[in-house]
Amino acid sequence: MNAAIFDTVRAQLASVAPDATVSHGTLVLPIEPHALIHVVETLKGPCRFDMLLDVTAIDWPTRDPRFDVIWHFYSTAHKVRVRVRTQVTEVDATVRSLTPYYGSAAYAERECHEMYGIRFEGNADLRPILLYEGFVGHPLRKDYPKLAEQPLVPYREGFDPGDRTAG
Amino acid sequence: MDMNLPNPIRPAFTTPLRDDTVIVNIGPSHPATHGTIQIVAELDGEKILRTDVHCGYLHRGFEKECEDHTWHNLIPYVDRLNYCSALINDFAYCDAVERLMGVEITPRAKYLRTLLSEYSRLADHLTCIAASLMELGAMTAFLYLVMIRDYVYEHIADLTGARVTYTYGRIGGLARDLPDGWLKRLEEILVQYEEFIGRVHGLMDRNRIFIDRTRDVGVLTTAEAIHYGFTGPMLRSTGAPRDLRKDTPYLAYAELDFEVPVGIKGDNYDRYYVRMREMDESVHMIRQCVDLLHTKGQGPINADDRRCTLPPKDLVYTEIESLINHFKLIMDGPVVPAGEIYVAHEGANGELGFFLVSDGSGTPYKVHVRSPSFVHMGGAHRLLDGYQLADLIPTFGSINMIGGECDR
Repeated sequence: MNAAIFDTVRAQLASVAPDATVSHGTLVLPIEPHALIHVVETLKGPCRFDMLLDVTAIDWPTRDPRFDVIWHFYSTAHKVRVRVRTQVTEVDATVRSLTPYYGSAAYAERECHEMYGIRFEGNADLRPILLYEGFVGHPLRKDYPKLAEQPLVPYREGFDPGDRTAG
Repeated sequence: MDMNLPNPIRPAFTTPLRDDTVIVNIGPSHPATHGTIQIVAELDGEKILRTDVHCGYLHRGFEKECEDHTWHNLIPYVDRLNYCSALINDFAYCDAVERLMGVEITPRAKYLRTLLSEYSRLADHLTCIAASLMELGAMTAFLYLVMIRDYVYEHIADLTGARVTYTYGRIGGLARDLPDGWLKRLEEILVQYEEFIGRVHGLMDRNRIFIDRTRDVGVLTTAEAIHYGFTGPMLRSTGAPRDLRKDTPYLAYAELDFEVPVGIKGDNYDRYYVRMREMDESVHMIRQCVDLLHTKGQGPINADDRRCTLPPKDLVYTEIESLINHFKLIMDGPVVPAGEIYVAHEGANGELGFFLVSDGSGTPYKVHVRSPSFVHMGGAHRLLDGYQLADLIPTFGSINMIGGECDR
């Protein structure tokens, strides 16, 4: 049953996602960043993927382009998932926001923005969500040290944090 | 002490819409926001005009920490996502890793995981309903429900050694098999559950005060719920029978007979009732799992796969291959082939998804959790805006936000 739906989606998006594969029961669509809106409109419209589950990124520091941006969609009608992935460079880590299409994009993009520094063009509210206002850096990037500390409350007088201060 | 500490949040609005409204801050240190959520609300008298919901006060860098351990070492961490139903997290995570490795679990592990997932869901729903009823003043119902929950916790402690965070899942199986008499005590608790849940139904279902506080409060339509990514009891309360246990069956759910209860209006009352009905379905499933354990679920609990399961102890002491195998599994952990996978289980609050990326090195390259509570917070303003300030408490309680999985 899934195969038939996946074939339909593949056929609809053959021009922008020619390398679509099925991995562990999920259809994976690698696309160029500029094709995102076309893909999402096709997924949401004729293919009936009505739920945006999640937005996240993967950091490959030695690769260029450095980041994968990942979206997971679910169809409550077909009961299958699609993963859309694209690559963006560190210099221009920008993709279009999906907030006009899915309400759930707002929070997920805020998280992805603060954790990886991906900018979502069209999302006016990219304030920190899990981190706090004024946090420096993007903690889920591989070059952010795990033990780095950025306390909002100052250290006690005389306390030496060692090399744990970030930046 | 310097009282001018920087504000950790920047509210979405600081200027009132009108000159007779007021902007107030609620939480995070407020019992009704479960201690981790901050809501900035603009009020017209007692009516909420708009809200800005902030989370993150329980953020502890879960995903960053995961990138620095072996795959097996993450199990105690995933326990602490939804700490009201930790076993569901355990099994969802283990399932994701097993699928990436191509490990098939034994029938006994499958039935036990299904049974314990439903038992955890029961505990989670008991906690949620008990807390939200108590916040409305229903102390007796709270005590009845929490009493049963504590029987469940103590009973799971007999099996796992811990009341709340169990670390019981293992890649390829489970930590240990059932102790003697565990299933007998299980049935005793289920019978007590049925007695006391009947009393709670009697106290609450037609209670005028309860209905007035919850009926037509925090209403959400199916279309809006899907738009905001709502899953689980939140989505089902709007009338959509969407349940991953039915829609994309995993573990032993395809073999079980159960219904997917749905609501009518998507309000607080429906969310209460959907959870109450889901607990009955869970009990029904637990009993089927007990039967299946007796008929088809005999045998070992761990897959006979040396990539993830520790070798038998007597062999570790007597032959070099098993000794090295044991050593490598403890020191390096299971080696998961390069690849990525998204696996979702129906958590107590909705779709709990694990997105795992492995580069084949033995340490996770990325572990991302799609947690229902975080997504629900993204749409929480739709449930709060337009209602009374006092409604915030039952509505927020009915979402069952769990800080551990929301903030990660």
